[in-house]
Amino acid sequence: MSAHGPSIHFRLDARSAVAPYRQLVDQVRQAVAGGRLHGGDQLPSVREVVTQVTINPNTVHRAYRELEHLGLAEGRAGLGTFVTESPYQSDAAAQYEQLSQELRKWTQRAHAAGLDVEDMTDLLGRILNRDARVLS
Amino acid sequence: MSSVALEATHLAKRFGRRWALRDCTVSIPTGRVAALVGPNGAGKSTLLRIAAGLTRPSSGSVHVLGGAPGGDNVELLTRVGYLDQERPLYRGFRVEEMFRFAAGTNPTWDMDTAHRYVERLGISLRDRVDGLSGGQRAQVALTMTLAKLPELLLLDEPAAALDPVAREDLLRLLMSQVAERATTVVLSTHALGDVASICDYLVVMSHSTIVLSDELEFIVESHRWLSAHPSTATLPDGVAVVEERESSRDVTVLARLTEPLEDETWRVAVPTIDEIIMAYLRLGASSPGASSSALDGAS
Repeated sequence: MSAHGPSIHFRLDARSAVAPYRQLVDQVRQAVAGGRLHGGDQLPSVREVVTQVTINPNTVHRAYRELEHLGLAEGRAGLGTFVTESPYQSDAAAQYEQLSQELRKWTQRAHAAGLDVEDMTDLLGRILNRDARVLS
Repeated sequence: MSSVALEATHLAKRFGRRWALRDCTVSIPTGRVAALVGPNGAGKSTLLRIAAGLTRPSSGSVHVLGGAPGGDNVELLTRVGYLDQERPLYRGFRVEEMFRFAAGTNPTWDMDTAHRYVERLGISLRDRVDGLSGGQRAQVALTMTLAKLPELLLLDEPAAALDPVAREDLLRLLMSQVAERATTVVLSTHALGDVASICDYLVVMSHSTIVLSDELEFIVESHRWLSAHPSTATLPDGVAVVEERESSRDVTVLARLTEPLEDETWRVAVPTIDEIIMAYLRLGASSPGASSSALDGAS
């Protein structure tokens, strides 16, 4: 890994129903959970991000605010936005690993039952949407 | 400082017997990147030209940055940048000569910005305008509009007819300016993909009027696909139908919600912004001028 360049390269799927700011938040969360971003890592500045990805800078600000709200990042005045040092990060990574293993087993069962990738995605989407309605 | 960048009230424009704009009311806050979408002839260019002071409205009023646009309002002209596909470049000139000329005629011109942007685009100051590709000419034209450091940019299809790489470079340049200067942008586009990536405010135009305008996030939050069996399909109050699709099993509607849906008989899915835009454009096409009453009448 290069010592230069941004700590994370964001991607944006303009066709997704997931709001753009939410996509950035998810990418940081996944990078932290997957161990690719660590406490103390600096997130790229908004100006850097808009040269990497064709994205509205307000969306990046919004995503960083949300990350701060979630306690995953902190703004340091005049310096930028940094991934939060957290004692729970190793727990989070382990939990993430366990959840992906369980899901992998589930997808094998689903595959054996005749569901293809689209069927599984659709099913998960339906369940999540229902949950979202219950939660909100 | 005004918090509204562009405000139109009952704006109308007639060319002979044809209404290019009818009863357009819209209010775009400062700091937004607003997309103006709709079919050709829907009035997007006319709205932008009126806002830029290039065309006078037949009736109604328009204010940009709190002032009335027009040739006599010189102070306002320097604060507003307008660019359409005419791209006012002099073919025999070198890029640096174009810049010097622009510097001499624009009091707010920032040469450093102009140099920085063309360098980033890989265009040399020594390049002649005739030797540039179509994409590069569009990029130089936008650079010249941005180097005036306007507070409000009015762009009529700035990335139309560009190859994918040139359009990405151009849109990123635009977003850099927004990041650095919090510039308000109102741009017309046919590329719906651009709307979700670079815009945070949406104005949908159809048949010379505005059929939808709001914060993009609010628009997505307030629209849902709802599906149910026809026998149980009764929409609760406060839900307006934008589009309806029926199959033998299901009725599916794109609904505009005013409050969270509690009714459990409906399956809910989040629409993409493309789907919402298309539904409003179809609505406008099927009942020209009656879009709002179609919504109000739904129950």
